[in-house]
Amino acid sequence: MAKKLMKGSEAIAEAAIRNGCRFFFGYPITPQTEIPEYFSERMFEEEVHGCFLQAESEIAAINMVYGAASTGVRAMTSSSSPGISLKQEGISSLCAAELPCLIFNIMRGGPGIGSIQAGQGDYFQAVKGGGHGDYNMITFAPSSVQETINCIGQAFPLAEKYRMPVMICADGIIAQMMEPVELPEMQPYEVDPAEKPWAATGWDPKNPVGERANVTSLYVETEQLDVLSARLQGRYAIIRETEPQWEAYNMENAEIVVTAFGTIARIAKSVIDELKDEGINVGMLRPITIWPFPYDAVREAATQPGVKAVLDVEMNAGQMLEDVKLAINGAQNVDFFGHCGSHLPTVDEIREKILSMREE
Amino acid sequence: MAIEYKQTQLLTDVPRHYCPGCGHGIIHRLVAEAIDELDAGAKAVGVSPVGCSVFANNYFNFDMVNALHGRAPAVGTGIKRARPDALVFTYQGDGDLASIGAAEVVHAAMRGEKITTIFVNNAIYGMTGGQMAPTTLVGQKTATSPNGRDADWCGSPIRICEMLSTLEGAYYIARVALDTPAHINQAKKTIKQAFKYQLEGKGYCLIEVLSTCPTNWGMSPVEAMDWLSENMIAYYPLGVFKDKGAM
Repeated sequence: MAKKLMKGSEAIAEAAIRNGCRFFFGYPITPQTEIPEYFSERMFEEEVHGCFLQAESEIAAINMVYGAASTGVRAMTSSSSPGISLKQEGISSLCAAELPCLIFNIMRGGPGIGSIQAGQGDYFQAVKGGGHGDYNMITFAPSSVQETINCIGQAFPLAEKYRMPVMICADGIIAQMMEPVELPEMQPYEVDPAEKPWAATGWDPKNPVGERANVTSLYVETEQLDVLSARLQGRYAIIRETEPQWEAYNMENAEIVVTAFGTIARIAKSVIDELKDEGINVGMLRPITIWPFPYDAVREAATQPGVKAVLDVEMNAGQMLEDVKLAINGAQNVDFFGHCGSHLPTVDEIREKILSMREE
Repeated sequence: MAIEYKQTQLLTDVPRHYCPGCGHGIIHRLVAEAIDELDAGAKAVGVSPVGCSVFANNYFNFDMVNALHGRAPAVGTGIKRARPDALVFTYQGDGDLASIGAAEVVHAAMRGEKITTIFVNNAIYGMTGGQMAPTTLVGQKTATSPNGRDADWCGSPIRICEMLSTLEGAYYIARVALDTPAHINQAKKTIKQAFKYQLEGKGYCLIEVLSTCPTNWGMSPVEAMDWLSENMIAYYPLGVFKDKGAM
């Protein structure tokens, strides 16, 4: 299939549609508004025939997703940092009610209303539980438009396999930039009640077949809540074991290993390529899933023979840094470079930091 | 002996947790019977709220989805958009609908969402133990208005039917009560009409049911019914506020 030059946000919406998503509920917020705008036209085309609805708030949008997902269809919402904060109760509830769906966070600078440029300050919120209670959800942090499309392709099947929302945390740059991309073919999706017996697809009390749908996140009895928690935690253990994804870059003979995610990893890659030309080997371990975090891969990269230090680079105050340190558990020196808000670390800054680490 | 009355199959047999004299049991029955009479049990999806009727999932015998506090109209919207042929209703109390969920109900009505809302108004927060609701009457004593609701301090109660009737998307808006057998029969007819409209593909319908909460009102069930008749109906007049089908 020929590559096409597309803006990130439009590629995101188109990829979701081609993966069978016919239900989008959202609310305008910069820098992701082009996603709902694209859906608002495309969903009503003959070939797609889906539902785009602009909700009255981010809170309503996530709860509309909850309703649509209850019926088994592929549904999604997208927003940006402050809007994702508003969705947190809904996300916790989707996790507890075991409803598959896709949530996009096109991250901008925070805290508060913050900025409207790209940010990475929602790492903690995404992977450490932004909402209440013991839950997790598979969270991708792609670093290109193409990788974002690939993550969408995995998102719905994973969400359905594990009965949980999947989040894709892409920063504002990914939504706003144009890149050549290859999109998947159009795949229709029909709800199969046999595959999703939990979904509200209709149940006749007078001719009962199987059990009626009872979608809920309410478990008032401690013993019942324990059953849910055991089921969720059991699932999470399997996911931690089998689903981490990462990219290892230029790890051969690396003396320093950079850890970074999303767009910042691409900036770091430019530095690595520059230094390689100068005979300095710096490797990179880039988590593609930030939950489950690739702890083993990070530890192995950091303790590979010849590696003297790890540099974590982020566009925040050092959020993924905590997972990097947990992975390494004191077995290697870990340094950090980053800026908060929407202040992008530059090639020169990262380069200077790496060179100063070599002198130590 | 002939069977005079049989519970509809659209209600489960599990024991209900509602207090003696609470209106929820009656309203559950009216809703289930109305759907049964329309032969729509197989396509019904109920959305339960947060509040005393959070357990409605256990009592209605068809597909049920529980929503977060106040969000039932948004959840119902998602269900109905995904399954336009389903009979979707939200069942919400006054704290859920008129306070935390005010935005969701207004916008569902504005959009003319083809769902039905059963709005149970008992002028108090039941589940959390009797706090003041937006519907609490002026002077009414609650756990958070121990000296009676003061209109100067926290305003006068909200009349949902009157407010929603101004919206173009609202198709059928009516208020009924549970205080007499005649009113209960009227309530059933009104609820059934709302479901009928939905099955015909009409717009948003809301039936407000004035109900009792003897436990949190500090009354016997009989006193509570009398209090409803004497005080609530005076402030919340019964009737049909909007019926686009009759226009």
